[in-house]
Amino acid sequence: MSESAAGVHAEGSHGSLKGYLTGFGLSVLLTAIPFWLVMGKVFERPGATAAVLLAFAVVQILVHMVYFLHMNAKSEGGWTLLALLFTLVLVVIALSGSLWVMYHLNENMMPSMPDMRNMP
Amino acid sequence: MSETMAEALPEEVTPVLTTRATGRAEVPQDSSRFYLAHEHHPENGTLLGFWIYLMSDCLVFACLFAMYAVLGHSYAGGPTGAELFDLPLAAVNTSLLLLSSITYGFAMLEMQRGRLPGTLIWLVITGAFGAGFIGIELHEFAHLIHEGAGPQRSAFLSSFFTLVGTHGLHVTFGLVWLATLVVQLGRRGLVAANRRRLMCLSMFWHFLDVVWIGVFTFVYLMGVLP
Amino acid sequence: MITRSEMSQLLLGRLSWDAIPFHEPILLWTFVAVSLGGAALLGAITYYRLWGVLWRDWFTSIDHKKIGIMYVVLGLVMLLRGFADALMMRLQQAVAFGGSLGYLPPHHYDQIFTAHGVIMIFFVAMPLVTGLMNFVVPLQIGARDVAFPFLNNFSFWMTTFGAGLVMLSLFVGEFARTGWLAYPPLSGIASSPDVGVDYYIWSLQIAGVGTLLSGINLIATIIKMRAPGMTLMKMPVFTWTALCTNILIVAAFPVLTAVLVLLSLDRYLGTSFFTNDLGGNAMMYVNLIWIWGHPEVYILILPAFGVFSEVVSTFCGKRLFGYASMVYATVVITILSYLVWLHHFFTMGSGASVNSFFGITTMIISIPTGAKIFNWLFTMYRGRIRFELPMLWTLGFMITFVIGGMTGVLLAVPPADFVLHNSLFLVAHFHNVIIGGVLFGMLAGINYWFPKAFGYRLDPFWGKCSFWFWTIGFYFAFMPLYVLGLMGVTRRLNHFEDPSLQIWFQLAAFGAVLILLGIGSLIMQLLVSYLRRESLRDTTGDPWDGRTLEWSTSSPPPAYNFAFTPRVYDNDTWADMKKSHYRRPREGFIPIHMPRNTGAGFVIAALCAACGFALIWHMWLPAAVTFVAMLVATIAHTCNYDRDFYIPADEVARVESARTRVMAAAHV
Repeated sequence: MSESAAGVHAEGSHGSLKGYLTGFGLSVLLTAIPFWLVMGKVFERPGATAAVLLAFAVVQILVHMVYFLHMNAKSEGGWTLLALLFTLVLVVIALSGSLWVMYHLNENMMPSMPDMRNMP
Repeated sequence: MSETMAEALPEEVTPVLTTRATGRAEVPQDSSRFYLAHEHHPENGTLLGFWIYLMSDCLVFACLFAMYAVLGHSYAGGPTGAELFDLPLAAVNTSLLLLSSITYGFAMLEMQRGRLPGTLIWLVITGAFGAGFIGIELHEFAHLIHEGAGPQRSAFLSSFFTLVGTHGLHVTFGLVWLATLVVQLGRRGLVAANRRRLMCLSMFWHFLDVVWIGVFTFVYLMGVLP
Repeated sequence: MITRSEMSQLLLGRLSWDAIPFHEPILLWTFVAVSLGGAALLGAITYYRLWGVLWRDWFTSIDHKKIGIMYVVLGLVMLLRGFADALMMRLQQAVAFGGSLGYLPPHHYDQIFTAHGVIMIFFVAMPLVTGLMNFVVPLQIGARDVAFPFLNNFSFWMTTFGAGLVMLSLFVGEFARTGWLAYPPLSGIASSPDVGVDYYIWSLQIAGVGTLLSGINLIATIIKMRAPGMTLMKMPVFTWTALCTNILIVAAFPVLTAVLVLLSLDRYLGTSFFTNDLGGNAMMYVNLIWIWGHPEVYILILPAFGVFSEVVSTFCGKRLFGYASMVYATVVITILSYLVWLHHFFTMGSGASVNSFFGITTMIISIPTGAKIFNWLFTMYRGRIRFELPMLWTLGFMITFVIGGMTGVLLAVPPADFVLHNSLFLVAHFHNVIIGGVLFGMLAGINYWFPKAFGYRLDPFWGKCSFWFWTIGFYFAFMPLYVLGLMGVTRRLNHFEDPSLQIWFQLAAFGAVLILLGIGSLIMQLLVSYLRRESLRDTTGDPWDGRTLEWSTSSPPPAYNFAFTPRVYDNDTWADMKKSHYRRPREGFIPIHMPRNTGAGFVIAALCAACGFALIWHMWLPAAVTFVAMLVATIAHTCNYDRDFYIPADEVARVESARTRVMAAAHV
């Protein structure tokens, strides 16, 4: 019905074979390395491993956004990117806020016994 | 017909206050600049609307991740992630989902070229990978429950099953959607409505892979670290 | 083989005749009254053969104007139920002192205050707000409908069926006794094993899906469907507040959905998210639910602010003062509303540093609201103020809301909140801002846009009665509660020992009676206006000398809103057009592309509600069947590709020339 000019081809950014394959290749790399780091117990300190894992996850998410979801600043007049950024800000606030609040609540309000985690 | 009707009608009366305010006899200027005489179709909002829905879904997952972050170490004397998680299996699952992402990408390329058979084939392959992912996940869940590590065992396991299970439910729903679209494409071909639906499912499918990156990183990989 | 009793277990779950409250006289007589009234209503509709009209023109309508009106009707009907709960509570608290236990035992009283809160927030305030936005926004931006008309209809029915489930809990089973936010562990399966909390969960989940989809709909509408030339900074302020409100909806409701899912998993599957044992943490529920809860109250108030901006500029005959700062204030409030949530649980124990941070952010968020008040005052300064009803409600808002806002800033100080948390002071504060802000705003909006929706103005006399009864009643009902709160009286109690407190409760009950008269006057206003509609008729489409595009259409507007899409050059577009001596086109009409009505939204929502009911009563087989039916109905709907049609050009011409005749006749 709405085959009008506004409807059919103006929507969404398009991918290309090169783009998809690049994204796929990068994702394979960015997945394999974290698995290897953990399964091979490559780093001594778990803290270091966790930090590297986090970094790889962030990069891979960006790869997916760019190569698979065709994220760019022009799509839908910039509203797609704006919506994503706004959501990210809220996610960061909700996650970090909750962790901060819950940490303090647990400290103050949960019984201070050693290794509470393994109480049945 | 509309011209004769226009002549038969009394003079258009301009809104009251304007006339009163100026007090002069008013001669209406050309009002045609205030409207478009041709048909105006506003831009289709489906893709933006679906993207906004995905943002809201992002927040649902954020809450589930937050729950996992807060309760993820409450083992209640029961098994921990290190004891339970089968990393090689998680790697297989991750590969299946990643492969399904690229096969969906190939389906979209075929769609852009207007090739229905190619689109359908790649969609079916995507569905197969997705079904494999769900199958393995169900197997993993069944195994955990059998071992006494079900969602009722501890808060850690409640949040594990809910986070991973919600992702799995989304994938399942995506598979139902995919199957429906395959049938609808078979019936009507690559009409505009179906193209929009394919693009929405594309966004949905890739979004689920993005969430899975979070899951395998924070749940499986970090869950195994001491 | 499945035995008969196993089969009846699968089919009926825990539903049985015990669920009907034959032994509670209040409920029994309510049921009798509702049945008689309901039968009379259904009988009248049948007698006047209105079912066809109702189904074809209203229930299956995807027209944003009809859907908006239905939302407002839902909100006003549920106001009666929610207020009945309020009256019952006021009566109980006015008499239950010392030896007298009143007439409501705790078991019943607790359901009443829970239902009162749930209904007023989710099924009165939200529908009123959504209804106004639905009706007004497409007209204000020069569009023919919202971006997703079918989804709009579906959203309405989800909200309505959610309300239906709450109403059903009155007669089949019982409602939650946990307060309107249902904190665990009280709301967990161990402490509330009965159906009450399940009614709560499923009615809110169903209504919540409707609200979320509505949010997506209106954002896409405002971003994509503005008339050419209407940049963001040329939108009417009500549309700006609608945009920010819907952004808040999309950003907040998913959190509510997730939290209720977690609670229901605890209740249905025995998980340990919010339990006391096995590692659960009930405080996380409180944290997450208020991450939703605070943006929710801004969802309620921002549209009211939008209404006031429109009303003040119209009835002072002036452009709104400080348009840009109004927009920035709205956006800042939207963002800041995510940084204050902890002030709802200062006393839960997060400690000084956390409490201080959130106390400061809470105080900061009052600043942009203050800026808005000043902008309204500056708009009024040197304006030619017309004291029509919408303006009266606005003036009432300005005084009442500011008082409520100030008590809010007082509560934002953590040490003060430690004394006042969960006291009647808190109850007075939030009723102060919700009634003074949201309700007055909705009544201002209803009075303002009623002529646009129905073609005749509302009766001023009964409107003024309503205003004065509501305003004076509000002060009598809630100022005593501030006093009681400062004296240390806790909320949600159904009985008190100290007789010196009774006078304050009696004053509050008197206030509630005045508000009852206010509601009665509102009903009279609606009735009398209908009977006197010819003398109150609006023939020009612009009864208030408005400034925005909706006033350029007829009252009510045609289905297609605008015969030609408007082209916009400036803010206050209609005022601009009038100044340029705009003359409506009377020829050259073209066919107009419109969406078709459909019953699919009603059907899918009804199946959702049936599934919810089945889940509440643990009727697993009906739950599974209705769930599958829901999916099938949805897929069937997606297989319908024939969703639109064209209004022919001569039909448009006929409608437009009829309007020309009406407008001309009015000036003869």
